Parts: sequence; C-alpha cells; structure tokens
Amino acid sequence: MLDVERVRADFPILSRTVRGVPLVYLDSGATSQKPFQVLDAERHFYENSNAAVHRGAHALAEEATDAYESARATIATFVGAETEEIVFTKNATEAINLVAYAFSNATDKARQGLEVDQRFVIGPGDSIVVSEMEHHANLIPWQELCAKTGASLRWFAVTDEGRLNIEPGVIDSTTKCVSIVHQSNLLGTINPVSEIMEMAHAVGALGMVDLCQSVPHMPVNVADLGADFAAWSGHKMLGPTGIGILWGKSDLLNSMPPFLTGGSMIEMVNIDHSTFAPAPKRFEAGVPMVAQAVGLARACEYLRDLGMENVYEHERELTAYTLAELAKLDGVRVIGPTDMAERGSAVSFVVDGIHPHDVGHLMDSKGVAVRVGHHCCWPTCRRFDVPATTRISTYLYNDQSDIDQAILGIKAAQDFFGATPRVSA
Amino acid sequence: MSDDLYQEIILDHYKNPRGKDLDVASLGQSHQVNPTCGDEVTVDVGLNADGTLAVAYSGQGCSISQASASVMSELINGKTPDQAAPIQAAFMELMRSKGQSEPNEDLLEDGVAFIGVSKFPARIKCALISWMALADSQIKAQLTTEMR
Repeated sequence: MLDVERVRADFPILSRTVRGVPLVYLDSGATSQKPFQVLDAERHFYENSNAAVHRGAHALAEEATDAYESARATIATFVGAETEEIVFTKNATEAINLVAYAFSNATDKARQGLEVDQRFVIGPGDSIVVSEMEHHANLIPWQELCAKTGASLRWFAVTDEGRLNIEPGVIDSTTKCVSIVHQSNLLGTINPVSEIMEMAHAVGALGMVDLCQSVPHMPVNVADLGADFAAWSGHKMLGPTGIGILWGKSDLLNSMPPFLTGGSMIEMVNIDHSTFAPAPKRFEAGVPMVAQAVGLARACEYLRDLGMENVYEHERELTAYTLAELAKLDGVRVIGPTDMAERGSAVSFVVDGIHPHDVGHLMDSKGVAVRVGHHCCWPTCRRFDVPATTRISTYLYNDQSDIDQAILGIKAAQDFFGATPRVSA
Repeated sequence: MSDDLYQEIILDHYKNPRGKDLDVASLGQSHQVNPTCGDEVTVDVGLNADGTLAVAYSGQGCSISQASASVMSELINGKTPDQAAPIQAAFMELMRSKGQSEPNEDLLEDGVAFIGVSKFPARIKCALISWMALADSQIKAQLTTEMR
C-alpha cells in the first residue's frame, strides 16, 4: 500500500495554489511532478561533481563520469536490462527516431555499396507496422522512413472498445519492423506487446515497444516484452526533462549505424573517415545530459523504494474510482476501455456539447490540471470521430479527493455552458 | 476568472452563432487548423453586388474559437476591404494586449468582449484562428488593403 500523504510531502509543487485554489495535478501522462529527492540529486551533482564526462583526467571528470555511468546502471537494473543496453537520448521521441534512422541510414549506406546489417535495409515492397493508437512520436518517424525508402506503412486498427484489432496478415513476410505502444496515452489501453513481438519475430522482423506510459506506472522488465528495442522518457517517471532512454539488444545496437554524430561517439577519426565506438557511446554524441541522468537514476531508486507493484495497485484503484465516478455523470463518455482489464491510468473522455478546451478551462478554474487536445494521437481521435478529448491521468501522488475535485470541475463546466449549446461536429 | 474569459457576449455568440455556413461565391478560401488541439476553420471570402465583402465560415472548435468566428462574420460581412482593414488590425492588437488595452468599441463592437481572452496565452490562438483564415483568404482573393 502507498502512503499517499507521505508521498505528497516529497513533492513541493503539490502544495501550491493555482487561480487561488489548491492545485490538483491530473496531467502526469504529459509529465510527472518531481520529488525533492530528484531535485536534490541534480543539485548535489552540480554543486559537487560537475564536469564533462568521458574526457579530462581531473578528479571532477572522474566523479562526473562515475555518476553518469552509475546512473546508467541504476536505470538498467530498474527495468531488468544490461547496463550497456541503455542509451541516453534527449527524450523518447529521439529514441524512436534513433531506431527509424538506423533503417534509413543503413539503407542509404547499402545503396552506396557499403557493408551494413541487412536487417536494417528497407525499400519498396517492405513494410513497417504500427497501430492506430500510436503517439505521433511512434508514428511520424516511421511515416518518414517509409517516405524516404519506398516501404509501406501498415497498422493495426482500434476497436470501438479501444482495443487493438490484431488481425492476421498485417504483419507478414514483407515486414521489417513492428513498433507498438505498450500503454496508450490517450485510451489507457494496455496492449499485448509480447504477443505482437512474437508475431514480428516469426516473420524475421524487428520489434520495438513504446514504454512511455508503462514504465512510470507498472513493473516493467524489458526481458519479458520480447522486444528488440524499447523507448521511454525520464520526465514522466519523476525524473528531469531532457533525458529519454533507448533500450536495445546489444548485438543490434552494435550493428546499427550511428544517428547523431560528432564527439564522444567515435573510435578513431581521420580527416576523411571515422569509425565508431560500441553502443551505448555510439549513440551519445556530444557532452551528454549528466545531471539529468543522475536525477533519473534517483527517480528510479525512489520508485523502487516505494515498490512499483504498490504504485501499480494504487493507480488501479484510483482508475477504477475515476471510471466509476465519470460513469455517474450524464453526458460524459469515456474514450477507451471502461473496464479495468488491461487498462492503465490515462482516462480520456468527452462531455456532450462542450468542447474539451472549455471543459479543461473550467476544470482549471477549480485548480484541476488536465490535458485537453488530441494528445499527439490525432489518428486515434479521428478513429473515435472526436476533435479532441479531456484526459485525467493520475500518478502515485493522487488520491480520491483529486478525482472528486475533477468531477466537480466537469460539473461546473456542464452548469456553466448549460444544456447542449450548438456545437457542430 | 472564468467570468473574465467567458463573457456573456462570447457565450451568446457561441450558442447562437451569426453567419455560420453562409453561402458565398468564394473568391478565396483558407483552411486553418490549431495543431495543438485539432480545431479547424474554413473561411471563404467573396464580394457582394455593392463591392463589400461576403464572408462565410465553417468548422469546429471551442467556445472561444466559435464565438470569435461569429463576431468576425458580423463585423466584416458587408464592409468594404478598406473598412474591414482597421477592424482586423484592431482585433489583432486587442489579442496581443494581454488584457492591458482599451479596446475601441466603435470599431470592434462585440469583439471587445475578447479582452479577457488576451490574458490567457493558451486561448489567444483559439480567438485568432478565424481571423487568420480571413486574412489569408483575402490575400488569395486579392481583396485586401495594405495596412501601415
């Protein structure tokens, strides 16, 4: 069990007011708040050990390098990965782009007659598979890869209940890569990713999983996913902004061409050509985000100490409560699964006759921070024929009183706008 | 603070939109989207027999964007391009004012109600989307007047 009262005391921002009322933060799907332990870890690094890593022979450079590499090890342990399988990126979006660019860069090099790993060579007649519930970050890099190489993009459709329709034949012998979200940031659906990864491997394709909404909220062991690659962000799991993670199997990472190039990622440099360091350094060009890595590692320890099982159970309880309370409201429709089977804590809904921007604004006037819009899932919104939704997304520091305040905010919006104003669809 | 944003005039235009889906012989059309929220508006501009502007709009969006389009339609329809230009400039100025300006009621009429919106950075785009579409459609139709 989580002691939410105690957890909340670790988050300074949760005690502030907005618009003259106490803040109720229900937008953790967009970004989580940070406990002072994480803030202190970053500050401690800057105050005591700050230096550029992997260069210089002085004491601070050593300490900084040690802090950076220890952070990598801590983060790896948190998800059951090997340390050298963890690549630091700017964010999850960059991590997914890194893999998509491995395909297009390998394909470009193959066209020049250079030796590359054929698993990353793609062209007309090949396919990439995603789903209709992907975040733009796990859609557009693949669209662009297809546009550059002539490969075709395929996707699993979403059912009315907000589940993936895993039709046979979408993944077939033409498929080179399958990239699927673990938990939808809009619908809250948890997808059977290991089953899909198995389908990918059965046809010789590579498999990637977007873990942005799962790693912060449930126990995740990358080995259990059956994937080749996974990406997630630091800032959604109590860590700082400016750091994301790519996890990849070592043999694959070491056979991929680099993405961003420059300092730190090299083995040997001549004036007209270079060779590259093994992963993960191959993918970490330039001076990296050391303080952020330190902060994220501290966030992993914080979550580990609370227990991810406890976080997961707490959020399940809260999500069930949220769904039950929303179901009591007339004119409110949840977009996504309405039962708790294979469902995470992001709950999207629409209010009859009131645009999500207006719902969000009225909720804000009650101090309630929620996300409104298409949640970077425009195709998913189109699937449900809504321009946008309002989304409640909880985390370990939320409790039922937060949901109660959100419900008050929705009712306030309904009262304010009165019975069904004219809204054209 | 909701009262600040959602003034009675705005709610009225939202619930009873003026000039929506008018039939206009279009000389220029502009489709604008707000990529952060998916709101869309299409504005068509043509000419009435007397040489004044005929403006039609369609689309979907929040109360602010819909009310603003309604106010725009009411203010611009039947005005010559020369008469419309200072109104358009005044509305743009109002939305940049962060709630600090004294809106010109003679020019903006119901548009003055949007002074409150200019205090909410996240909502300024909502109020401007139809006006941006109008300006763009005028350029396409060559029915614009050089300002400044």
